[in-house]
Amino acid sequence: MSKQKRAKELVAGGMIVEAGNARDYETGDWRTEKPEVDFDKCIHCFFCWAYCPDSSVNVDPEAGKMKGFDLKHCKGCGICASICPKNAITMVSER
Amino acid sequence: MAKVIGLNGNAAVANAMRQINPHVVAAYPITPQTDCVERFAEFVADGRVDTEFVTVESEHSAMSACVGAAAAGGRVMTATSANGLALMWEIVYIAASMRLPIVMMVANRALSGNINIHCDHSDTMGARDAGWLQLFSENAQEAYDNTIMAIKIAEDMSVRLPVMVTQDGFIISHALECVELLEDEEVQKFIGPYKERYPMLDLKNPVTYGPLDLFDYYFEHKWSQIDAIDHCLPVIEKVSAEYGKLSGRNYELLESYKLDDAEVGIVALGSTCGTAKEAVDRMREAGKKVGLLKVRCFRPFPTEQVIKTLSPLKGVAVLDRSATFGGFGGPVFTEIRSALYDAPERPLVIDFLYGLGGRDIFMEDIEMAHSRIEGVVKKGRIDTHVDFLGLRE
Ligand code: SF4
Ligand code: SF4
Repeated sequence: MSKQKRAKELVAGGMIVEAGNARDYETGDWRTEKPEVDFDKCIHCFFCWAYCPDSSVNVDPEAGKMKGFDLKHCKGCGICASICPKNAITMVSER
Repeated sequence: MAKVIGLNGNAAVANAMRQINPHVVAAYPITPQTDCVERFAEFVADGRVDTEFVTVESEHSAMSACVGAAAAGGRVMTATSANGLALMWEIVYIAASMRLPIVMMVANRALSGNINIHCDHSDTMGARDAGWLQLFSENAQEAYDNTIMAIKIAEDMSVRLPVMVTQDGFIISHALECVELLEDEEVQKFIGPYKERYPMLDLKNPVTYGPLDLFDYYFEHKWSQIDAIDHCLPVIEKVSAEYGKLSGRNYELLESYKLDDAEVGIVALGSTCGTAKEAVDRMREAGKKVGLLKVRCFRPFPTEQVIKTLSPLKGVAVLDRSATFGGFGGPVFTEIRSALYDAPERPLVIDFLYGLGGRDIFMEDIEMAHSRIEGVVKKGRIDTHVDFLGLRE
């Protein structure tokens, strides 16, 4: 969780006055399971990237490579694991 | 040169709206407010204002359109009554939460049931905790003046909160009075050009209004709203003083009428204050030491000023034009009594519910309230805290 501001530091009205700051709101600690990828099986089809509802699959578009997960924001929903055509993703307990 | 013309309260406010010339008005008709927006629609149709007038399918949509337009960066006004205000409810709260300086005239009407179109304060009193400022008007002139002042108060950079200007339905909204209007240019000069704050139409600086706000920040945002409304009183006083200089009509948060040497006081809001002033005069002629406290600004509640004005008295009779079912007296009573609790010297305070659904209030009723509080003071003890005026029990 990023450092929380005090009431007096907030913008009155609770609006968000900067663009693209969703990444500052770290939702990774909502997770009970995290995805792990087995690169021996992965064929870099990017299905997981396309389906992830939290834009938490990292890819290198130039190289055409899936690069793992953004665990600061991945909420552990498991969609990537269920959609992967090669069963390359496993959900493992955070405990 | 200001001109005096015959207008009812709705027409007076419609003229204030014309002179304010807001960017957007979104409204839905409801008695007794309809006549106000209808007249404003005529100004729109006649090209006398530049306003984008949005006709909507309900009050929920009216307030939603107002919120959208205000967030986009416009000066926005609307008007409603009773059930219309009730249908706006969730968006009324949202307008205040987002700190949007919308000004809404409410022609006070009983909030059902049974169905009734006449005046009481149950509509705006129900909305007293919504985060809006509330200014009550005694007559059409005050409704006009309050509407113009409300714009400047709401848009003050330290306030940025919506304001409700009320007038008693039919009693003020439909009664013809002499109203002195300022010149159009004077109004424009007084309110000044609209100052935007994080407008959504500023495409270079994108902002998000009303995002999800959970246990980690919601409380802090509510605190900042509480803090903001708590600090509005000096702005209301400052704007009212400036308006006094311009118009010659002076407004305060509370109006004291013959209270200086009074032993007992009557407290009232809205058009009843006119009747109460007459009653006070008549009782004064009969040698009674009585005065009236008119509450113009109910939200934020001017606690310190109430303590200062009422604590020297021996007895206070509060007149409440709405009920809080199952509560300890009406909303004005609970505020007044609670404010006085810590005063080292404090009067005995009793409450009268009156005028629900437009039931008339007469000078005799106010004299009755006075004789009751006089009796309480003599006895030094309250037997009945909450009673009724003009009711067939
Ligand atoms: S578990 Fe859900 S949130 Fe996390 S990377 Fe997979 S699809 Fe995205
Ligand atoms: S869906 Fe499976 S195979 Fe495709 S990129 Fe993701 S992990 Fe690799």
